[in-house]
Amino acid sequence: MSMFIAPIVVSLVSGGLALVIAIVDGIVNNYGEVDIDINEGKKVLKVKGGAPLLQTLSTQGIFVPSACGGRGSCGACKVKVLSDVGPYLPTELPYMSKEEIKENIRLACQIKLKKAIKIHLPEELFNIRKFKGIVESLKDVTYDIKELRIRLVEPNEINFKAGQYVQLVIPPYENVKESTQRAYSISSSPSDKNHVELLIRLVPGGIATTYVHKYMKEGDIVELVGPFGEFYMRDTNADMIMVAGGSGMAPIKSIIFDMWERGITNRNVWYFFGARSKRDLYYVEMFRELEKRWENFHFISALSEPLPEDNWDGEKGLITNVLEKYLDSVIPKDNSKEGYLCGSPGMINACVQVFSKFSINDVYYDKFA
Amino acid sequence: MIPDINPIVLFFASIFTSNILLTNFLGMCSFISISKDLKSSNGLGLAVTLVMTITTALNWILEKYLIVPLELGYLRYILYIIVIAAVVQVLEMIIDRVSPNLYMVLGIFLPLITVNCAILGVALFMQLRNYTFIQSVFFGFGSGIGWWLAIVLLAAIRKKTENAPVPAPLKGVGITLITIGIMAMAFIGFAGMIKVQ
Repeated sequence: MSMFIAPIVVSLVSGGLALVIAIVDGIVNNYGEVDIDINEGKKVLKVKGGAPLLQTLSTQGIFVPSACGGRGSCGACKVKVLSDVGPYLPTELPYMSKEEIKENIRLACQIKLKKAIKIHLPEELFNIRKFKGIVESLKDVTYDIKELRIRLVEPNEINFKAGQYVQLVIPPYENVKESTQRAYSISSSPSDKNHVELLIRLVPGGIATTYVHKYMKEGDIVELVGPFGEFYMRDTNADMIMVAGGSGMAPIKSIIFDMWERGITNRNVWYFFGARSKRDLYYVEMFRELEKRWENFHFISALSEPLPEDNWDGEKGLITNVLEKYLDSVIPKDNSKEGYLCGSPGMINACVQVFSKFSINDVYYDKFA
Repeated sequence: MIPDINPIVLFFASIFTSNILLTNFLGMCSFISISKDLKSSNGLGLAVTLVMTITTALNWILEKYLIVPLELGYLRYILYIIVIAAVVQVLEMIIDRVSPNLYMVLGIFLPLITVNCAILGVALFMQLRNYTFIQSVFFGFGSGIGWWLAIVLLAAIRKKTENAPVPAPLKGVGITLITIGIMAMAFIGFAGMIKVQ
């Protein structure tokens, strides 16, 4: 009997004290409802107080990046706090630079929500969402590229920067047993908030492209996640040299029409579109039309292997050769320049080399494809 | 046998003549590391005093009504530590809510106190010396104040000697230990003036 006394006493004492802690926790850590004001009233969340900011935000569907899951050991969950949340904790200081302390940047996992708080989050953080939409139209723009236009239903609006991409969710079909996601740049302009337009080229054997080309039909319900990406117009006065091939048209088209709609027409834009023969060209009329109305916009399409029946009298050769020729002798050299690329990795690498030859170092492109 | 000492006398004795830190050398780790900074020393001293007073009282009750009747002397260390850990947890939550400023001052020191040996030491002395409840409370409170006084004194001395030409091999902890030694000698000079057991 006596051998049971020790474990029983230790368990009873521990249990009793744990109960006391739980009761005190329940009473003391009850902070009621607390407001989180994000980006100066753009979004106000009413949440239960008492928990760290990081966890509270994630229950609200806002995912601040964190590698350690809120234990304060990675220092990734930095958030700019605009209201007073007390002095820095010793657990935060090792991750903070002097500049960050000056800007009151805090670790979201270390700040406990006790009262209303004002924070600033990068726009794209709480823009990333899952969208449900309906295929409104699915058109062939060339023999192997389809223009997929999706009307968003739930939520029915998307905010993105021209040039960003979304992940299209491909459901299981035929021999593909699992749902997959593929990234596609948005080709429609951001002003059309209710629609997402994608350009999808058929890749032989490709899971997603085969699905879109062979199985998808108008009226289908599709899901997408986004927007993502760092490929968008940089806010400078430099001339923009844009190069695309095939379905790389998508983000460039979005950027150009976004600039036109927002009246950013003082910048010189040179858009080089490369194709093999005339049957790979599309949207040419649209850009020619824009060229007539926007004097600083120049559209150059080049064919690398024009067929005899194409009667092509435009630029011939690889797009990199055409780009080099224009940079050398056509485009005025007085202004600084930025490069915007979208296409196959081979094309991007070749173009980056051409740009560096002319010491153009601000070159932007998406790393996928 | 219960020692016949006035609790008030015991209180002052445990601050000056029987300082837990400088005569028993308990709670040295945080004493050396935190005394670098006067403000932190003050915070830690306050936290130690609070926890020491409360845990000594609670452990006295535990001793009298559980450990002695059930003859569980061999569980004493474990039970004392469990009580100390729980008290620190509860205190941390209450202070966080009631006084965020104090919480900020105490910062990470509060949880660290769980493993401060002076706290357990005071509880064990209290049991060893057969103090009454009132004596225990005053002993715990006084020992806390004594610990607080010692760390603030050391922090002040370290501040003064910060720019002193200390021989290179003794810089840092070396000179700190020597300083503590001299302080302890001064305090030990009073030892025995007042009977504590």
